[in-house]
Amino acid sequence: MSAPAKQRRLVTVERLPSLGADQVSVRLARPRVSARVSARTVSVCVVVFGLVLFASAVNVSVGDFPIPLSDVFPAIVGQGNPDSDFIVRVLRLPRSLTGILVGAAFGMSGAIFQSLARNPLASPDIIGIEAGAAFAAVLVIVILDPNTVGVTAGALIGALATAVAIYVLAYRRGVTGYRLVLVGIGVTAVLSGLTSYLLTRANIYDAARAVAWLTGSLNGRGWEHVGPVGASMLVLVPATLLLGRHLRGLQLGDDAARGLGVRIEVARGGLILAGVGLAATAVASAGPVAFVALISPQIARRLAGSASGALVPAALTGALVTLASDLVGRQAFGNVELPVGVITAIVGAPYFLWLLARANRVGRGG
Amino acid sequence: MSRPQLSAQHLRLAYDDRLVVDDLSLQIPTGRISVIVGANACGKSTLLRGLARLLKPRGGIVYLDGKHITRLPTRVVATRLGILPQSPVAPEGLTVADLVGRGRYPHQRWFRQWTTEDETVVTAALEATRTTDLANRPVDELSGGQRQRAWIAMALAQGTPIMLLDEPTTFLDIAHQVEVLDLLVELNQTEERTIVLVLHDLNHACRYAHHLVAMADGAIVAEGRPADVVTEELVERVFDLDCRVIPDPVAGTPLVIPVSAHHGASKRQVRATAQPTETS
Repeated sequence: MSAPAKQRRLVTVERLPSLGADQVSVRLARPRVSARVSARTVSVCVVVFGLVLFASAVNVSVGDFPIPLSDVFPAIVGQGNPDSDFIVRVLRLPRSLTGILVGAAFGMSGAIFQSLARNPLASPDIIGIEAGAAFAAVLVIVILDPNTVGVTAGALIGALATAVAIYVLAYRRGVTGYRLVLVGIGVTAVLSGLTSYLLTRANIYDAARAVAWLTGSLNGRGWEHVGPVGASMLVLVPATLLLGRHLRGLQLGDDAARGLGVRIEVARGGLILAGVGLAATAVASAGPVAFVALISPQIARRLAGSASGALVPAALTGALVTLASDLVGRQAFGNVELPVGVITAIVGAPYFLWLLARANRVGRGG
Repeated sequence: MSRPQLSAQHLRLAYDDRLVVDDLSLQIPTGRISVIVGANACGKSTLLRGLARLLKPRGGIVYLDGKHITRLPTRVVATRLGILPQSPVAPEGLTVADLVGRGRYPHQRWFRQWTTEDETVVTAALEATRTTDLANRPVDELSGGQRQRAWIAMALAQGTPIMLLDEPTTFLDIAHQVEVLDLLVELNQTEERTIVLVLHDLNHACRYAHHLVAMADGAIVAEGRPADVVTEELVERVFDLDCRVIPDPVAGTPLVIPVSAHHGASKRQVRATAQPTETS
C-alpha cells in the first residue's frame, strides 16, 4: 500500500500491488526522476551477477597452475605472489573478462533481435549476423594481416553488410519474424559455404588459426581482445538501454507502436545497429560462439518472469553461460581442452531443435 | 482535455499502387460514437488507419485539432488520439498489467518512467475494463473477450480524448461482443471520449453508433444517425444484400434482417422491385 503520510521525501520507493506483486516504483523528488522496476528482475540480476563473479573467480583459479580461490582477488589487484600475479593478470583474467564481455554482448544482442522480431529464432547466431561477421573476419585473417583491430573492423563491416542484405531480402511491405528467420538461415548457409571456400584457399597456418577461431574460443585471449569488445560495449550498452523503452512499444507490433507515438523507423534502426554492433565485436574477440545469443535471452526471460526485452538479465545470463561453458570445456574432459563454442553448441543445439519443432507444431511465427 | 477535433479533407489512401480510398472527406463528431461499416475490402480499416496516421495519405489531409496530423510530432498525436489495431498480438508471456502500462509510453521520458499519474491512470484503466483481477495473468492465456478488454485498457491508459478501434469485436462470441461495446459506451458517456469504431455487424453498428458512416468502394455512401440512414436500399447498395429493416425490439434502432434465397419472401420478387440501379 502507499505510504500513509505523503511527506516530501527525496526518494520514494513504493510497491505497486495492482500492477504485479513484484512491481516497485522508485521516484526522486528533485530532480523529478522516476522509474518502475520489477523486484524479481532486480534480484535475478543480482544473483546472476554474483554467479558471474564466482564463475570468473573459479575460472581464474583453476588450470595447470592452480591458484587457491582466496588468492584470486589479491592477485587481481597485484597483491599476491609474483607468480600468481603474472598468471592471473596476464593469462587468466583477460580470458575471463573476454568471456564475460563477449557473453554479455551476445546475450544483449540476442534479446534485441528476438524482441524486435518477436521470435526467439531471430537471434543473430541463427539469422546470419554472426556468420557475416565471421566470414569477413576470416577474410581479414586469411588475406590481410590478422591483428585484432583489423579483425574487429572486418567483423563489424561484415555483420552490417549481412544485416542490410537480410533485411532487403526479407522485406515485403515490412519484415515478419518467420520470413526473417528463413532468409537468415539461407544467408547463414551461403556465408558458411563462402567461409569454407576461403579456408581452402588459405595457407595451412592461417587456415588452422581461422578454424580454431571459427569454433568460438576463449583460448589465449589477452587484453588486446578485451579492448575492442569492451570499448564497443561502453557505447552500445547505454545506447541499447536508452532505446529499450521504445522496444517495449515495438514489441506490440508496428501499428500499436505507431499509435503509441513510437518513431518506429528510428527506434528500430537504432536497436538493429546496436544489436549488430554488439554481435560483431563479440565475434571479433572470441569467434561466433554458438547459440549464446539464442539461449541466453530465453533463460533470462524465464528467470525474470517478464516479457519485456529483459536486456540486462539477458546480458548477465550470456556472460554466465559463456563463462560456465568455458570452465566446463577447460576442466571436464581431462587433458583435452575443448573450446567454449563446442560446449555452448552441445547445450544450445537441442534447444534450437526444440524451438524449431515447437514452432512447426504450434504453426506460428512467434 | 480540450475538445478534440478529427477530420479528413479529400483523403486519398493507397497500399503500394492499389488505391483504396479516393477523395474522401469526413468530420468525426466530437464526444460521440461513430461507427464505420461496409463490406469486406471497402476501405473502412484503411480509412481508420489513415485517420490515425498509421498510413501516410497519398493526397488530402487529416486534421487533428485543426492541425495537419502528419506535421505534428507523432508523440504529441499519441497524447490526443489512440488507436487499437485489428487483432493485435501481445508478445508471449506479457502480463495484462505490463501491457496496460505500455499505454503510458507517450507520457514518459527516459528519466521519467513511472509517475504517480501513470499509476493512477493505469489503475483506473484496469478498473474501467474490469481487468484488475487479471493484471498478473499473461495476455496470451486469456479468453478472447478478456484479451480484448486488456487491449482496450492499454488504449485507455494512453489517456487520449479520441479513441479509434478497428473491429474490436472480431473473434468474440455475442455475449463478449456486447460486453466490449457496452464498455465503449460507458467510456463515451462518463468521460466524453470521442470514439470511432470499425464494425462488421450492421445491427451492432445501428445500436451503438451516434453517427454511422457507410462505405462502399472506398467512398462514403451515407452518414448520419442510424435511424435516418439505414434503409433496405442502403444495405442493398453497401452490402449487395436483400433485407428487411425493422425496429430493434430492444433498442428501437434499425434492425437489419437478411433475406436469403432459401428463406423469407421470394427473392426474385424482391429483386425485381428493390434493384433498379446497381452499378460499380
